[in-house]
Amino acid sequence: MVVGALHVGSVKDAGYNEAQHAGLSKMMSNVSGIKLLEAENIPEGPDAERVMEDMIRQGAKLIFPQSFGYQDFALNVAKKYPDVKFEHPAGYKSADNFGTYWASSHDLSYLLGMAAGKATKTNKLGFVAGFPIPQILATVNAFHQGARSVNPNVTTHAVFNGSWVDPGKEATATNALADEGVDVVTMVVDSPITVVQTAEKRGIHSIGYHYAGVSQFAPKGWVSGVTFEWGDMFTQFANDTIAGTWKSQSLLPGLGSGTVKLADWGKSVPQAVRDQVASEQNAFLAGTKHVFQGPVYDQQGKLRIKADEITTPAAEGTFINTCDWLAQGVIGQTK
Amino acid sequence: MTTAVIIGILAGAIASGASVLYASLGEVIGERAGVVNLGVEGQMLVGASVGFVVTAITGNVVAGIVVAALAGGCFNLVFAALVIQRRTNQLATGVAMWILGAGLSTLLGSRFVGSHINGLPEIELPGVAILGPLAQILRQDILVYLMVPLALVVFLALFRTRWGLRLRAVGEDRTAAVAAGLNPSAIQYQALAIAGMFGAVGGAQLALSFTRTWQDGMTAGRGFLAVVIVIFALWHPLRTIVGALLFGGSVALGLALQVRGAQTSPFLLDMLPYLLTLIVVLIWGRPKAFTVPMGLKAVFEGTAR
Repeated sequence: MVVGALHVGSVKDAGYNEAQHAGLSKMMSNVSGIKLLEAENIPEGPDAERVMEDMIRQGAKLIFPQSFGYQDFALNVAKKYPDVKFEHPAGYKSADNFGTYWASSHDLSYLLGMAAGKATKTNKLGFVAGFPIPQILATVNAFHQGARSVNPNVTTHAVFNGSWVDPGKEATATNALADEGVDVVTMVVDSPITVVQTAEKRGIHSIGYHYAGVSQFAPKGWVSGVTFEWGDMFTQFANDTIAGTWKSQSLLPGLGSGTVKLADWGKSVPQAVRDQVASEQNAFLAGTKHVFQGPVYDQQGKLRIKADEITTPAAEGTFINTCDWLAQGVIGQTK
Repeated sequence: MTTAVIIGILAGAIASGASVLYASLGEVIGERAGVVNLGVEGQMLVGASVGFVVTAITGNVVAGIVVAALAGGCFNLVFAALVIQRRTNQLATGVAMWILGAGLSTLLGSRFVGSHINGLPEIELPGVAILGPLAQILRQDILVYLMVPLALVVFLALFRTRWGLRLRAVGEDRTAAVAAGLNPSAIQYQALAIAGMFGAVGGAQLALSFTRTWQDGMTAGRGFLAVVIVIFALWHPLRTIVGALLFGGSVALGLALQVRGAQTSPFLLDMLPYLLTLIVVLIWGRPKAFTVPMGLKAVFEGTAR
């Protein structure tokens, strides 16, 4: 079978694209007889349609348009070729031959916040992101709530660059955080390399996102990170397509699925912290604790999440897609 | 604001303004010779990508910068050949060079994304520690240290040498320059080759020192800003320093304000560098007589001959 995949950037960015690429590689080693057509640096525009159609002409039966911005272009192609299956990440549209997938990383952001809250000496954490969209604000809140749970004095300084790709600004933002006294920094940008590397240069801790491989840029300051491992999910997609049992689904696995997990701990993280995070992770898995466990107050002191209000995956999903506020103790503006 | 934050903003202004300053200096030389080049973004990307790849392969950052400069010079000679020899529209050709540079740099850099390089080291001046926190401002790489001396060299070359006089004469009036026995095309080729080198070194500074990484499109519009800064600087090399620092300073200030929780929209703060540049160009940028190279007017009047 032929499988096609489109990447918006380079598959060696130690970030978003490399995580997707690693998933495809694992699919290739799990399922024999697949021919993979991969295209990098494809802009999120009409050109993407041509690339997909070209892959279909080469016999592709399963297409991964692996960036959010391909959504409408991939849907156009999907309508034209009903016998070709599409798997699109983090979208909100679907069709009979067009499924969506992503993995919920907010539990992990909370757990990493705990590690950050333990690691900080100045009680100031930093968060560099592209835009204050609901998913990111929810991530900042989860991270901060995790930190607060172990260190009530902690503040989280959120910076929005106005771009997912601007290494110059990412470096300046990280420096500005360090100047303010922040000593643990995390991020959600396309490639975590610049933030992690600048943090290392400034002698502060970093927590990664997307892909575990970025830890090589911070041998001293690395704490841990969120890493996505798409291999098993992609393997399932390929096997289902071959067997003719593929169905259009909207997948959002979370903690415990193996699709999203904690990266390896850095040397600086003490065993006690690792144990504490592990036991909290078990509480999440057992369902006895929840990432957006109330009461949570916003920056103005208004009660935003009541106790036991958000306890099901569905409620969490709705919250993540609609969150437009930052929690008490987060320094940053949402609009 | 604490001193650490103010010092951080100053250090950030210098560090993030450096790449833009190099590109602006190059554009001043080109425009003084009567050629507007909107492809600075392309030059910077080529410089960033070539510099990063060469440094990753050889492990030698100086080699990276030198080869980046040469590549930038060659890249801009393509532009020169089109606008000087083939008389193509400068604006359209410049935009094409931007897209070409973006594509070339992506192609070249693709196998090296995520590579680890030992970037340009920061210079630790002897005795700088006495300054305490102020030392952070001085802890910069050699390309940052060379910014002001190079701007001075460009100024002297343009305004105090025979070569500069000829170059400016070509920029004012090609026909008169020919009548004076000059070879305008040769002079414009030289100017554009040098301009390309400056643009590429600007990109290389971003990739090899400031961020130590290569990412597609990493210059994020700094090349276009360089063109604006040249107008702001009234085509004067020394004033480009002010323009570049203003840009770098507003980036650093906007992010520092966000970090400190200023009650201002991050969207507005992200606009700050561009907004400030626009405002200054509006207020200050009204060209007095004899500041705009007259040859540039032809560019905007079309290419009809």
